[in-house]
Amino acid sequence: MTAHATRPPRILPCGDSALAVEFGTGMEVESNRRVLALDRALKQAAITGVSEAVPTYRSLLVHYDPLTLGFSELSDRLSALLDEAQPVEGIGRHWRIPVVYGGAFGLDLETVAAAHGITPDELIRRHSAPRYEVAMLGFTPGFSYLRGLDPTIATPRRSEPRLETPAGTISIGGAQAALQCLAGPSGWHLLGRTPVRTFQPQRDPVFLIEPGDTVTFMQIDAAEFERLERMAERGDIVAEKLA
Amino acid sequence: MSALEIITAGPLTSVQDFGRFGAQRYGLAPSGAMDRLSLAAANALVGNPLSAPAIEIGPIKTVLKAHGGSLCVALAGALRFAHRGDDLCPLYRTFLLRDGEVLTLDAARKGVFSYLAIAGALQGEAVFGSFSVNARAGLGSPVPRSLQSGNRLEFENAEASRELSRSMVPPVFGEGAIRTVAGPQFDEFGASAKTFFDSPWQISPASDRMGYRLEGPRLTHAGNFNIVSDGTVDGSIQIVGNGQPIVLMKDRGTTGGYPKIATIISADFGRFAQTRPRHTLRFEMIDVTTAQQEARAFHALLHSLLESIRTDA
Repeated sequence: MTAHATRPPRILPCGDSALAVEFGTGMEVESNRRVLALDRALKQAAITGVSEAVPTYRSLLVHYDPLTLGFSELSDRLSALLDEAQPVEGIGRHWRIPVVYGGAFGLDLETVAAAHGITPDELIRRHSAPRYEVAMLGFTPGFSYLRGLDPTIATPRRSEPRLETPAGTISIGGAQAALQCLAGPSGWHLLGRTPVRTFQPQRDPVFLIEPGDTVTFMQIDAAEFERLERMAERGDIVAEKLA
Repeated sequence: MSALEIITAGPLTSVQDFGRFGAQRYGLAPSGAMDRLSLAAANALVGNPLSAPAIEIGPIKTVLKAHGGSLCVALAGALRFAHRGDDLCPLYRTFLLRDGEVLTLDAARKGVFSYLAIAGALQGEAVFGSFSVNARAGLGSPVPRSLQSGNRLEFENAEASRELSRSMVPPVFGEGAIRTVAGPQFDEFGASAKTFFDSPWQISPASDRMGYRLEGPRLTHAGNFNIVSDGTVDGSIQIVGNGQPIVLMKDRGTTGGYPKIATIISADFGRFAQTRPRHTLRFEMIDVTTAQQEARAFHALLHSLLESIRTDA
């Protein structure tokens, strides 16, 4: 048997119009892979009455129409799909995201580097080295939770969240990295900013990144940021699609 | 083309329809009317599709003015006085707002949200199939945020239906406890789960379209109050770190990191949304099968609005 069959997921009702297929309670890579695999299998199955699904680190939330589909009927369909859904790696597209690090763009770069006893340049190197996997999007439009942060730079969240952080903020919190699209509150550490908009209502596509895509960061300078920012404002996709 | 101008409006006034679906996986909340039944009733009266965009009006006094032709309108939802000059305008009945006439809605006396539907097509552009305002995301049409004085909404073919003279008996909301289905993290609460269902709760004034905060006995989590974020739905009741519930509403975050003790059933969501701050309510637990029967009954109630319309002589 493959590893994914070792622990059966729990199917939990979320009211009368949604259910969660829960693979675990933590942030294990394996759970997330299984979530994304089921998400894809569900899409392919195109079950009448299922309206949309929300993949997260550890569970897949499935919205459905109770007029078309009962809880136990959908649970049975999902259980059958679970047997077929094979977790695979590298399922998505690969994006290169330009980031200007430090200074006014990344207020916490120096303190985070100091906390780890490394130089800001070394922090930038370690942050931009991995190829991150987009574990989920959530909370606000386009906010992407990235898996794959170098554990040597994992940093506990700030004790006092900031009430406002800029659009395009690149941050880390605990063992996670994130790419935040809209301005908003955050308790994470701000390392830089990207001109890339993962959500832009007037653009096609409105959303750039999918759960399961991968992301690498590329350092740019402030002048390049300004140039790309103007292009992004006009609706250009300034992220580079590598695969 | 006829238009409606916002003269004054409270912060909770925006264009809403049945919501925006398909983008929750990207973090975009569905938004949509807090009380679908009342939105559908107002739309039914003016001959629009039940799910068409209308103006969701919060509890504060609101003033609107017609321009460029007559508008056939209907009001449903919160109990409040509405008038044109000295004329009182009845709820759940169509009436004409002529060019230059001003419609004043006094503060709500019972309930929170009113729905003003206007016959004809609201001019705007749907995003993910919806006009609904999601202010945080900067989405919604024709105004991507709450309505403010000076905003104008335009309606195509509004005059074609000026002869409409219709009314309906207001649809009856259920009464009693707000019904919920346990979970998905019901198991995290131990003895506090019983406290949740046994106790009265008050809605805090610190409530909005994102969430209603509840005040009552302090609940305790069996484990950690932080969980690894998972998906949320309309009516998710999460218990935050201070032991108090927050019910997630239409502009909720699509994922959340607090355990959710229960979920309000879809048939009772609108009734809950219409409950005013400082009012007391209780929750009750039902099973999923019963909740889904109630969802079907609610759907039938929505569609019975069309049959309940009377044409007035």
